[in-house]
Amino acid sequence: MRPSGAASHLDPFEQPADLRGLVFTALYVALALLSGLAAPAAQGAAAAPEIVKHIAGVASSDATVQEAAAVALGKTGDRKILPLLEALREGSVYVREVPGGGKETVIVGDKVSEGDKTLVPLFSAYGREPLTGADGTPLLVELSTLQEVSAGRSLRLALRPLIDAFSGQNDLRDPDPTVRKAAATKMGNGSDAGALQILSDTLTGEHDRWVRYAIEEAMALIRLRTGSEIERVAAAERLGGLRSVTALDRLSELSADGRTSAPLQQAAKSAVKRIERWGLLTQAIEIGFQGLSLASILLLMALGLAIVFGLMGVINMAHGELMALGAYATFVVQGWFQFHMPTSFDYYFLVALPVSFLVAGTAGFLLERGVIRFLYGRPLETLLLTWGVSLVIQQALRLWFGAANVDVTAPGWLSGGIPVMIGVQLPYNRLFIVALAALCVGGMYVLLFRTDAGLRIRAVTQNRSMAACLGVRARWVDAGTFALGAGLAGLAGCALTQIGNVGPELGQNYIVDSFMVVVTGGVGKLLGSILAALGIGGLNKIIEPSLGAVYGKVLILIFVILFIQRRPSGLFAMKGRYADS
Amino acid sequence: MRTLERGGLGAAAVFILLVLPALNALPPGSALHVSDFTLNLFGKFLAYAILALGIDLIWGYTGVLSLGHGVFFGLGAYAMGMHLMLEIGTQSVYRNVLPDFMVWNQVTELPLFWRPFYSAPFTLFAVLTVPAAIAWIFGFLTFRSRIRGVYFSIITQALALSAWLMFNRNSLNLGGTNGLSGFKTIFGFTLNHPGTQRGLYVAAALGLCGAYLLCRWIIHSPVGKVLVAIRDSETRVLFAGYSPASFKLFVFVVSAVLAGVAGALYVPQVGIITPAKIGVLPSIEMIIWVAVGGRGTLVGPVVGAVGVSWLQSILTTSYPDLWLLVLGGLFIGVVLFFPDGVVGSAQKFIAHVRRSGPGSRRAAIEAPHPGPFPKGERGASP
Repeated sequence: MRPSGAASHLDPFEQPADLRGLVFTALYVALALLSGLAAPAAQGAAAAPEIVKHIAGVASSDATVQEAAAVALGKTGDRKILPLLEALREGSVYVREVPGGGKETVIVGDKVSEGDKTLVPLFSAYGREPLTGADGTPLLVELSTLQEVSAGRSLRLALRPLIDAFSGQNDLRDPDPTVRKAAATKMGNGSDAGALQILSDTLTGEHDRWVRYAIEEAMALIRLRTGSEIERVAAAERLGGLRSVTALDRLSELSADGRTSAPLQQAAKSAVKRIERWGLLTQAIEIGFQGLSLASILLLMALGLAIVFGLMGVINMAHGELMALGAYATFVVQGWFQFHMPTSFDYYFLVALPVSFLVAGTAGFLLERGVIRFLYGRPLETLLLTWGVSLVIQQALRLWFGAANVDVTAPGWLSGGIPVMIGVQLPYNRLFIVALAALCVGGMYVLLFRTDAGLRIRAVTQNRSMAACLGVRARWVDAGTFALGAGLAGLAGCALTQIGNVGPELGQNYIVDSFMVVVTGGVGKLLGSILAALGIGGLNKIIEPSLGAVYGKVLILIFVILFIQRRPSGLFAMKGRYADS
Repeated sequence: MRTLERGGLGAAAVFILLVLPALNALPPGSALHVSDFTLNLFGKFLAYAILALGIDLIWGYTGVLSLGHGVFFGLGAYAMGMHLMLEIGTQSVYRNVLPDFMVWNQVTELPLFWRPFYSAPFTLFAVLTVPAAIAWIFGFLTFRSRIRGVYFSIITQALALSAWLMFNRNSLNLGGTNGLSGFKTIFGFTLNHPGTQRGLYVAAALGLCGAYLLCRWIIHSPVGKVLVAIRDSETRVLFAGYSPASFKLFVFVVSAVLAGVAGALYVPQVGIITPAKIGVLPSIEMIIWVAVGGRGTLVGPVVGAVGVSWLQSILTTSYPDLWLLVLGGLFIGVVLFFPDGVVGSAQKFIAHVRRSGPGSRRAAIEAPHPGPFPKGERGASP
């Protein structure tokens, strides 16, 4: 430890107490003088004499004095002290000789090199305000003229809870509930009994249900750690009542520990049981939700496929690549917003949705007009042709954007999630996909069965020549339907950017699964596609935890094959004369 | 015309079987010398051609498009690979009787299903029967429930995907992503000896001739007529009292066996087999061989397999970025402009020239149909 200030010639351990007092007084006088001298501009309220004394104490060469001063500063609860404590931990607190004589504790800023000299800006210890010279310019001094205040290991350890309490207290008053909740959880994990008062004070004014939960959990955790025997038993029971997953490890430790008293052990044991039972429930709900979200993705993809396949008899192997086009369109829109309108970046996704629909839809339209229309009635040829198209699109994307995945940042309003019950949080991005899938299905239903355009699509599907005779322009219906299916793929791609990687192979990952959905669901039936997507998505997530993703997929293929044994044309078979064309 | 065709085919067979290996045996300085590398490359292509014949049998003649033939190729290849792996014995890197990848994966005992592959006759038997058995089970389930057309294609594609995923797993004890490699000998012959490679080439060429004769025999037998009839109208065949499912199952199994044989001939020549040869993309690449060469002809698949693979090996070495674009373009171009492929178009041209010639009846049988469904008929409709 480097000695500091006037006591530099003395061994810190033999420093007499009265001398220490003297040094403090000298420093205090110097500081009081300085606050008038070096900072002529108004720099906020001056520190109370008590605080000034402790600030000087922090710069002491005696570790015990330092620690006592730091703790005393922490106790004051004055927010302007926080920068000093943080600086102390980082080792950027120095003592400087004031030109008029005397010494001052300062915080130094980032180093600036000027020639071979290293200059640093100075800040006041209280409130971290920039110190200015006599002419009003910020004060820059050479680092070597300052004396470092070193913080030993024990001081650093003592500082941590102080800083945590400061920031925790601050965060507990934050307007954002997520910050408040995180602060409470953090305090529950690390704080001592002192934090209890702060927490219970906050609890009375808190209205958000989940922040209240976090505060109560934190209080129970602190009590379980530091309280008396009765308090600990009560805390264990409370944690069981709260179904606190965070406390599970600690509680099971307690229940297995032979040294804990019987009532506490008993309470911990029953709490563990309650939490574990609750865990099973939340796990089931989570699997269900994951299945639903996978089903929505499959449904979004299968919807476009099913429309094109069911209504037009065309197998579109390039569907996955149309999806990739939608995803890359989102990436481009995002880049545009980043560059031109960084302030409204969060809204890029709202623009990206229609853009990706249009990009993929246009590509689909061109594909239909350009090549596919020559191949109606030859599904196998169409399959091969669209596979070729998919290879070309894939390689073109790879050449244009590079083979590596591109980075699509989620907009702020899609990150995070809603907690629905203890231990279950539904992420916004997944919820969004579920909602988007539902919206697309609803829109499709309305379009096909409640509008004139839908009527025409169905008419051409059922009897092409008769519809044409009645004045329906069959070719344009074909092109429009194909473009619609492709546009849906683009939407799916746009949605996928929020939950997965965006790369040239994006389409390949889901395409086989979505074909399975189409095959299982039966052709041209919306309800069949929905049920098949739910079934395959759900089954996938149910099997996955026990067998792994690979064998899950294999098992699903077997299921689909066996299912088709029973119902060769899918869930909802066509009846009548179109059944076996 | 028939004699002309036979003569041409005979000449081609003699060239592939005798002339190329003989040229390879010439001293390296000679102008006509064929390098070991080229011979090896063509041996690989001939193995592919056997597979392509099988695909042609089921797609070109029966109208059933399988996108999962990579699996059967892989099964044959892995069966052969396992035997070669065991033949390495203690000459491996770890000097262990177990294959190296098992030592890495801390497998202490040879898995039960590996043991029979010590025997060469069993391996050859497995090369034929394992793909046949899998094809029979899969085909039985799918054809029986009258899954046809694009449904069958999609299901077989899912089969390819599932098989690829499974073979990638280390827990299957088949080498995971790295597959099987590092072979030293085959039936006692050193693999990297030019003589052995020449022998393997001759084996592949013989296999191709055998496969060609087998396919030809099937096509010209009454069974072949039923197959073509199934392609043109399956419902009509059903109403005529035949069981299309049994015929399709038969031809599916035959083509799977041909794929397995191709795989078994491929492995010792290339020296490695990985799951990458099984997946969705390689399976559909095999289709393009047949499409480019000309489906519904027996010469077409051979020409297509050798030609496209040759193009691929040239392009992937000199312009790796271009190959996928070219492959995609081939798919689009063949489907749109040359549905009959190279050989089919040539045959049509000849038939056009000698419209009233004696060959016209044959051409009518062998000429490819535009597709399994008559033109104008749509897929399933609501």
